[in-house]
Amino acid sequence: MSTLDIIFQQLVNGLILGSFYSLVALGYSMVYGIIKLLNFAHGDIYMVGSFVGLILLGLLSPFLGAGWAGILVAMIISMILVGLLGVFIQRIAYVPMLSAPRLSILITALAVSMVLYNFVMSMTSGEYKAFPVDLGYEGLEFGHVFITYTQIILVSSTALLMTVLHFFINKTMLGKAMRAISIDQDACRLMGINVNSIIALTFFVGSALACAAGVMAGVYYGSIHFFMGFLIGLKAFTAAVIGGIGSIPGAVLGGLILGLLESFGTQLPFIGSEWKDVFAFGILILLLLFKPTGLLGKTEIERM
Amino acid sequence: MSEVILKITDLNAHYGHIHALRGISLEVKAGQIVTLLGANGAGKSTTMKCISGLLKPTGGKIEFLGESIFGVSPHEIVKKGLIHVPEGRRIFKGMTIQENLELGSFTLKDDAERKRRMEYVYELFPVLGERRHRDSGMLSGGEQQMLAMGRALMVGQKLVLLDEPSMGLAPFLVKNIMKVVKQLNQEGITILLVEQNAKMALEVADYGYVVETGAIVMHDAAQILKSDERIINAYLGE
Ligand SMILES: Nc1ncnc2c1ncn2[C@@H]1O[C@H](COP(=O)(O)OP(=O)(O)O)[C@@H](O)[C@H]1O
Ligand SMILES: [Mg+2]
Repeated sequence: MSTLDIIFQQLVNGLILGSFYSLVALGYSMVYGIIKLLNFAHGDIYMVGSFVGLILLGLLSPFLGAGWAGILVAMIISMILVGLLGVFIQRIAYVPMLSAPRLSILITALAVSMVLYNFVMSMTSGEYKAFPVDLGYEGLEFGHVFITYTQIILVSSTALLMTVLHFFINKTMLGKAMRAISIDQDACRLMGINVNSIIALTFFVGSALACAAGVMAGVYYGSIHFFMGFLIGLKAFTAAVIGGIGSIPGAVLGGLILGLLESFGTQLPFIGSEWKDVFAFGILILLLLFKPTGLLGKTEIERM
Repeated sequence: MSEVILKITDLNAHYGHIHALRGISLEVKAGQIVTLLGANGAGKSTTMKCISGLLKPTGGKIEFLGESIFGVSPHEIVKKGLIHVPEGRRIFKGMTIQENLELGSFTLKDDAERKRRMEYVYELFPVLGERRHRDSGMLSGGEQQMLAMGRALMVGQKLVLLDEPSMGLAPFLVKNIMKVVKQLNQEGITILLVEQNAKMALEVADYGYVVETGAIVMHDAAQILKSDERIINAYLGE
């Protein structure tokens, strides 16, 4: 393989990884933008989403097969279910804590995270579960570089979801209300906006996107595990911070940058791929030293 | 005699242990401009926050159009036809002027009506129309006040609460804002106006209440207050 091929191949890998990070980072950033909560349970929502997708695929495959039709239907239903789970968690765990000190709600988020992954751990006996899909390995060849149709579909689906989100946030009244409550909640109340339902809507959208990423990750990697949310939670948080937490385009950009850094990190001369995370986080630290608000962000995260 | 649309009786409010309102009673009649006068910290803004529901009062009665709105959520109160333009404008900086106005019409379902209202606001404040796609954070203080008022006019409200619309504005802008207040009133909107600039407020108002440390100490027709010795000494002295 030539250097150019390697670059192209890593670009593709980085884009896929980055899509997952971006989808999860969006929920992180949106929730931080409106209630200043670092929702550490968000990675576990992604994990739960993946398992819900797995169960639904199991139920649907007798009718729809193990191909894209089943995946699409399972994904849409699981996005709705997991979106509702996000709203439920917000209602029972976060709403009662909104007027408590910020540290308390952060600890609550950690507790929610533990509840979710311990629940899934006990249900699955901590084992890897195979994702019941069968998509084959066909794809397109560009010289020495091979891209599967699965990769192409996953990246395009992410792009589609982000386009829909962009339209929703910028063009619909509810989307505008979401942006407005991150600016001034009391002013929103005076406009007749029910702030609590808009916050719930934000949790719904963020959780549904994380769920989509979880299902896609299951499809892509082929097996899932109760602990898969932990690392991606950290990575997505990092991505949100790189892009500027609270900023929606920032979350997308940060996720893609992190994904690309990681995949190019595997090609680092002399040190090998096990250092890719060190490389990616090293870049993050450097970025935050010089631009503490992230690439597109306006607000700095408060030090806890 | 026109009907009373807002009636407040013995209103009390606290911020923690601070007893900010100690039995405020007042009335606003349909079609009037009523002003609340008083020094900084007297409780004028707190009264407004209680009316619009931003702050839950601790005692008393608030009736709007004959119906109690005590303890009702602010977003529900807006739907009844009452809107509060808060102190400090509180526009959505980072969003465009047009988006700010659209949010003002959040409770409106009808798109055609929204368009009509927006044109009406742009007619009232042409400078907003010229810059409709600009970030509202770039507006000057006076323009931000116009936007805050415009945003409140995006739904046909019966009562508008204006909290210190002239704060921090140059005198010619204050005159401009007051002219609009008068115009809105002539179009049939009832107004409850808080002002530190008592002279200006009494110029436009029909009736006035004087608030001191959370209680009404005096009230009368604006014409009479204007020539009252105590008012002149306390609020109108140069
Ligand atoms: N958010 C708040 N927390 C605590 N005290 C407040 C708050 N807002 C106002 N106060 C107090 O309540 C009293 C009335 O304030 P306010 O209604 O804002 O006065 P005005 O609008 O007449 O200047 C003041 O003593 C003020 O310090
Ligand atoms: Mg005030």
